[in-house]
Amino acid sequence: MSARPATQTAPSKPVIKEPVWTWEIPFYFYAGGLAGAAAGLSRLAEASGNDVLARRASGVALAGAVASPALLVSDLGKPSRFLHMLRLFKVTSPMSVGSWVLAAFGSATGLGWLDHATGGRVPAGRAARTAAGVLGLPLASYTAVLVANTAVPAWHESRRILPFVFVSGAAASAGAALTAVTPAPYAGPARRLAVAGAIVEVALSARMESGLGELSDAYATGDAHRLGTAAKALLVGGAAVGLGAARSRGAAAAAGALITAGAVLARWSVFRAGFTSAADPRHTVAPQRARLSS
Amino acid sequence: MTRMGFFTDTSVCIGCKACEVACKEWNQIPASDHGFTGDSYDNTFDLGANTWRHVAFVEQRTSAERVPAEWGLQTYQEGDGMRWLMASDVCKHCTEAACLEVCPTGALFRTEFDTVVVQEDICNGCGYCVPACPFGVLDQRKDDGRVWKCTLCYDRLKDGKEPACAQACPTDSIQFGELEVLHVRAGERLEKLHAAGHESARLYGEDQDDGVGGFGAFFLLLDEPEVYNLPPDPKTTTRDLPETWRAALAASAALGLGLAAAVFGGRR
Repeated sequence: MSARPATQTAPSKPVIKEPVWTWEIPFYFYAGGLAGAAAGLSRLAEASGNDVLARRASGVALAGAVASPALLVSDLGKPSRFLHMLRLFKVTSPMSVGSWVLAAFGSATGLGWLDHATGGRVPAGRAARTAAGVLGLPLASYTAVLVANTAVPAWHESRRILPFVFVSGAAASAGAALTAVTPAPYAGPARRLAVAGAIVEVALSARMESGLGELSDAYATGDAHRLGTAAKALLVGGAAVGLGAARSRGAAAAAGALITAGAVLARWSVFRAGFTSAADPRHTVAPQRARLSS
Repeated sequence: MTRMGFFTDTSVCIGCKACEVACKEWNQIPASDHGFTGDSYDNTFDLGANTWRHVAFVEQRTSAERVPAEWGLQTYQEGDGMRWLMASDVCKHCTEAACLEVCPTGALFRTEFDTVVVQEDICNGCGYCVPACPFGVLDQRKDDGRVWKCTLCYDRLKDGKEPACAQACPTDSIQFGELEVLHVRAGERLEKLHAAGHESARLYGEDQDDGVGGFGAFFLLLDEPEVYNLPPDPKTTTRDLPETWRAALAASAALGLGLAAAVFGGRR
């Protein structure tokens, strides 16, 4: 018997596969969040008697609800089989749950919008808008569950906070779009949503990144870092400009553009961080070793 | 049905790659296109859509005076202080298979042999299983769009035959059979190796209490799993899904409250 030779302990190659998802997915994260939060905002604005905002928000929700499935189908390896997404309903697959939520949300949003557009000729149009508003809430958060429910360390280990990052981004997205397209007297809720959403998203993103410990370099290096830094700057800048959006059309448009760009880049930062993390075998192995020795 | 599986005993792997070739031929898998990797004798690089058996070559440098004669397994090249490990890697056919659980279409399913298989006529190439697998087994075939992986030769099993790789393996490094029987055989083999002084030999994936509920295709390794580019404590990602769904539910509720606060909480 003798001592075993000194061995390498860190794997030399990636242990897990990088996702195969392409550019459509982070844009979908944005579009889905935008649509979901806008639908909720629309229904609440309707309830408060702010019909101008309600109608514009309904339109934004519809735009997001149309863009979302187009982006998702385009990302599929076999786009012609997109209907296979609805073969089953599976709670262990957030993608399955999300497909059903998106399908139901899209139908409800379409009917609700059509009711608005035709001056109330769609039966149960108001109920459809209520359904869209309610379904919009999980639509804005499930995408965080989808990425967290993988073996990708930087995503999986942020699973408790990532849904909050995503919904704050959704609030910022919807607030920003509606600040830009709604006449100022009616856009108060949108402005508040845009500014608060942007600030909360910046704070939660920073907390998520620092909470990752040894995995935080996924956000501190490379693409994810550049995208995340730009996102935070745009969100903070947009929020600052947004404070003046009630008085100036230009400020409203600028705040809307800045926060929209920030929200998109924030989704991209999370997306890219997952690739960095998956490619780094230390990310996969170190937490597992720590688990074994604890 | 009885659970069928693989026991891959890497201590007798000679790196001949007959398993890779047999697998490719039987399953008609396209070429793996990594080119010349310069990574020992390994040009298939890793498991993926077009590599369902992958023979890893691990070269470990160790000082020559620290290599005693009694380590003499056939796979060790000791003269120049080099230890050479070979291991034929494959899909683990996990008891709790993350790929199967996250698959939204039901393309991934569990067979009557308790193995995990992708139905190629159902897969729509959503790619979710790819980053869900804790071992990086599945991948998308670029020109085809669908994901592919080891089927444990489902077609051969249905005809009462053993998988192509196991049949081709000249040293019985790859053994196919009833999982329970393989567990007993592996335990005996491990005892023999320990008695012969190979203290770092270990079984990998035989423990049904591990993070994936045990493997249907488990291994005997001569060193830490990391040395073979395998995760030391893999965990099925969906084990944490309930708490993730709860977080999302709370986040959705928070969004609803935030929207209400924005609409009703201020001046119009």
